[in-house]
Amino acid sequence: MGLTLAEKVISEHIGREVKPGDIVVVPVDLAFVQDGTGPLTVEEFKDMDFKSLKAPKAVLFIDHASPSPRKELSNAQKVLREFAEEYHAILSDVGQGICHQIVAERYARPGDIIVGADSHTCTAGALGAFATGMGSTDLALAFGTGKVWLKVPSTVRFELEGNLHKGVTAKDVILKIIGDIGADGATYQAMEFDGEFVRQLSVESRLTISNMAVEAGAKTGIMPSDEKVKAYLDLYGRGSDFTEILPDKDAEYERIIKIDVSTIEPLVSLPHTVDNVRPVAEVKGLKIDQVFIGTCTNGRLEDLRLAASILKGKKKADHVRLIIQPASIDVYFKALKEGLMEIFLEAGAVVLPPGCGPCVGIHQGIPADGEKVLSTQNRNFKGRAGNPFAEIFLASPATAAASAVTGFLTDPREFL
Amino acid sequence: MIRGRVWKFGDDISTDHIAPGRYFHLRTNLPELAKHVLEDAREDFPKLVKPGDIIVAGRNFGLGSSREHAPRIIKLAGVSAVVAKSFARIFYRNAINIGLPLVETDAVDRISEGDVVEIDLESGRLKNLTTGEKYTFAPLPPFMMEVLKLGGIKEYIRKYGDYRI
Ligand code: SF4
Repeated sequence: MGLTLAEKVISEHIGREVKPGDIVVVPVDLAFVQDGTGPLTVEEFKDMDFKSLKAPKAVLFIDHASPSPRKELSNAQKVLREFAEEYHAILSDVGQGICHQIVAERYARPGDIIVGADSHTCTAGALGAFATGMGSTDLALAFGTGKVWLKVPSTVRFELEGNLHKGVTAKDVILKIIGDIGADGATYQAMEFDGEFVRQLSVESRLTISNMAVEAGAKTGIMPSDEKVKAYLDLYGRGSDFTEILPDKDAEYERIIKIDVSTIEPLVSLPHTVDNVRPVAEVKGLKIDQVFIGTCTNGRLEDLRLAASILKGKKKADHVRLIIQPASIDVYFKALKEGLMEIFLEAGAVVLPPGCGPCVGIHQGIPADGEKVLSTQNRNFKGRAGNPFAEIFLASPATAAASAVTGFLTDPREFL
Repeated sequence: MIRGRVWKFGDDISTDHIAPGRYFHLRTNLPELAKHVLEDAREDFPKLVKPGDIIVAGRNFGLGSSREHAPRIIKLAGVSAVVAKSFARIFYRNAINIGLPLVETDAVDRISEGDVVEIDLESGRLKNLTTGEKYTFAPLPPFMMEVLKLGGIKEYIRKYGDYRI
């Protein structure tokens, strides 16, 4: 019997064929934490008396509250810096960017098993890795033993065909999928994305789709690795990290879902659950107080280019605060060189240094009571942006940019 | 055997409800963070919850972030088990890893706030002592059951020195 992508990566790591439901112990290729989850990992690592790092690559990211807005967090970040130094782990400090973006740019390889103490670790699935989010203790054990336990997930395959209409993006595709199957539609399962549409999609867009697999409850959101992945790795000087990983033709899936992406229009996810998805056209006209373009979902160069194409020569509406945050220092540099930053500043945007910023409600843009935030992030849970009395709407960078100009939720097709 | 008084919650209780992001700075101070447990789902919960109480919720409990702080502060608040129609994956895993018992069952609809329920994890039995109704559920796979019984994955690794799968 053939193997799905997830089954294949796990099988190759333990040298025997696995099937869904098996509980296995696997070696990890990359293990990482961030400043929200890492301090507890360090505490547990020390509590276990581990003497050295056993994970081949261990990275500590300071991205969630970066730079630190208060002393408690500064102290927690210091713990991470000291740990990295003492145990020779890699430190990705203030200003480098969001863990998932840096993992994609610098570390993830097709066929890897990647564990991160952050739920959106599934992002790296776009490169053909089995990448999954876990807790702090899991990561302490991954650091200290180089292994984790896993229950092999069954796989739901999404076959995406057709072409997107102008103004519709990968973000709309994943919102459509989550809206259709629900926030628990793939719980405990692997989502496998493939099909003609995926194969012609840029890796940046693929990362957007894999990023949100966890919003349907999935363990991972994995894609085949092809020439596009090779070219992406080449771009970062990592062409030699490439291997081709494809699912077997006779693999067994829990479900196969076919979607013609040409039927998708710009979508928005209404508060307070990600699966509360509606066409923008149906709810347009809502007054927006803050627009945020960035995050591990949509803070890449392609996203900033798209936003800039709409914002060019225009101003944001007076009553809107427009916040733009590149996902990594690499994205920031490239956007700067291309002149995108000028477009943003001329449009009246605030540009933040690379990091998570307003996504997680710690600093840099916490909304007031009753305010509406339109964001390119992946989550709109109550309180997510730091205020349980505010509302978060999720959409693509195109919808976000168009709405920043008008000040009201706007269908980006009106601008194209 | 676990026995306790029930607090009811609905569907889609996220880790942001359980451990709100605005208390990010308290993540290195779990007892303080526990004073806010679930307050975005129910403001008075942290004050009302008593040691031994049981949370009974709907679908997809614990969805969202990987913050292990969420099950930890539920446990720290004294909650002896969480019963739900379903759990989000990372929450589920974290709860087992830190020794917080979970039960997945549709019987949730037959349990009301304030009922007293009794749970036998190993045999997969749940009894509502208030109504007298009895239910069964699928017990955890043996590996997870052992992790839970030992109090968590750290204790498991300490005992065996490695995974025994
Ligand atoms: S950008 Fe938001 S979702 Fe992504 S890692 Fe940061 S806090 Fe999490």
